[in-house]
Parts: sequence; structure tokens; C-alpha cells
Amino acid sequence: MSTVWLVVLVVGASTVAFKATGPVLLGGRTLPQAIGGIVVLLAPVLLAALVVTQTVGGDNELALDARLAGVGAGTVAIAARAPLPMVVVIAAAATALARLFT
Amino acid sequence: MSSFVSRYRDGARAALAVAATVWFFGASFGLVARGAEMGVVAPLVMSATTFAGSAQFAVTSILGASGGAAAAIAAAVLLNARYAPISISVGPLFHGRLLRRLLESQLIVDESWALASRGAGRFDRRILLAAGLLLYLSWISGTAVGVLAGDALGDPEDLGLDGAFPALFLALLTPQLRGPRAGLAAAVGALIALALIPVTPPGTPIVAASAACLLGLRRKP
Repeated sequence: MSTVWLVVLVVGASTVAFKATGPVLLGGRTLPQAIGGIVVLLAPVLLAALVVTQTVGGDNELALDARLAGVGAGTVAIAARAPLPMVVVIAAAATALARLFT
Repeated sequence: MSSFVSRYRDGARAALAVAATVWFFGASFGLVARGAEMGVVAPLVMSATTFAGSAQFAVTSILGASGGAAAAIAAAVLLNARYAPISISVGPLFHGRLLRRLLESQLIVDESWALASRGAGRFDRRILLAAGLLLYLSWISGTAVGVLAGDALGDPEDLGLDGAFPALFLALLTPQLRGPRAGLAAAVGALIALALIPVTPPGTPIVAASAACLLGLRRKP
């Protein structure tokens, strides 16, 4: 099996299982407090790591390029409470403009 | 009755706005997946089964950088592990046969879950499922257009889409920073990722950053 299909099938199956956990297996029961404390931090921690890697991640190096301008403009839009579609369009436009002039 | 109607009208408006963004990102995913040499069918199967933007983009960025299957799977599985607690939070809303609960549970995605939230741990089943179905169809149709008409849509980098992804993740992260512990853990995770980018294979910084979740073991500050 190719690398791509291995990843697609394993990730797909595991995600289906994650999403089915509550409705299929646990019903109304909740996680033990110690495990719950770790799991609720997964989303903020992994999203923060994704922001970093997608902004300055290069091929085994830190790459400072037009994406920084996009994230900078996106940060201003988020701070100004712009709706999600607006944040995305502003960040893309700023990245494209910065790339045009560098 | 009027509040009943306005609640669903507002929910529908928000869901349509989010669905437009999701379609756009589905198309972006299709484009980027093609660039990562994932072919035509695999990205569609992935959108239909995984249906989670951040994990799918993480997979394309790791495979596109020749990061290997293990790093791509580990990053995506860690990214989607949040769906276990998310699905548990809405578990009581799902009734009926096992197969029906299994299928309906696949409509759980960050945005449908957030739109359905009524605060204090309560959720609206109709909004969760209706928004989830709308977003599911948007995500798959967007992926199909991105994969099949990728050339017509142009190079994602010319459109600045590679800078839009981290901004989207930042926008999704911001409301999750409530409470000092989430903010601290996110900062520690970001620093771990930053420190590891130059010295580890792609994907590893994201996986290693998850160690910051152990801050959840501490007693409340």
C-alpha cells in the first residue's frame, strides 16, 4: 500500500472512532478528571503548534517569508473581532501582496 | 415561539457563512493535496472520512515535505484526539440504533459543535446535525473542485493561501484560550514547536508540542 493511502485510511478510521466515542460508547459518562484535564488542552496546544509550524516552518529550518505578513494582518483582524471569513481573506491578501513585493 | 424561530434563523446564517469558508478551504485542501502528490481519489476519501481541516492540512504539509507516514499519522491522530472529549460532551444528544449514532456522530466537527453550543455544557441537537451536514457537503464539494479544477484556480501560494492557514488556526485558537492554563499550555506548545522546527523532521514539532498538555495534570492555579 502506498504511503498516501496508508495515511488516508489510518487517519480516517481513527477520526471516525474519535467522533463516535461519545455517541456510541460512553453515552452520558464523563472522563476521569485527571485525563480530562490533559485532553481539554490538546486543541489549544496543537492549534498553537500548527500556527507556529505553518507560519515559520521550512525544510528543517525556520523560514521567515511572506506568511509572516499574512499572520500579522490576520492577528489584527482577529483583534478587531472580524468574522472568520474576513480573517482568512485578509491574511491571504496580505501574504499574496508581501510575496509580490519581496 | 419567536425566540425559537430567531434562534434557528441566526444559526442558519452563521452556518452559511462558515460553510462558505469551509468550501473555500476544502478547495484549498484539494489543491494542496494535489501539490503533495496525493492523487485525486485519496483527498476525496480523506475529506469524506476524516472531515477535519487542521488534521488534513497537517497531513498534506508533512507528506508534501516528505515527512513520512508515521509523522503524518501521529500528527493527525493527535490533532483529532480532541474529538473524543468533544463527542463525549454531546453524547447524550444521540439516540437510536448503534449504526445511526455512528453515522450521525460523523457530523461532529469543530464548527458545527461550536454553533450548537448553548453554554453551560448544553447543546442543540438540530443545529449540530443540520450545520454538520451542510459543512460536510461543503467540505467534500470544495475538495472535489480543488482536486479536479486545481489548475483553473491557480497556485495557492500566488493567492496567499499558505499564509491564510496559520491565520485560520490562530482564529480557531483564540476562543480556546479562556483560562490561564490553556493560554500557558498553548504558549509552551508553540515554544516547543518553534525550538524543534530546525532540528527535527516535519511533523515532529507538532507531535512533541503535545507534551505541553501535561500541564493539565497540575492542580488548578
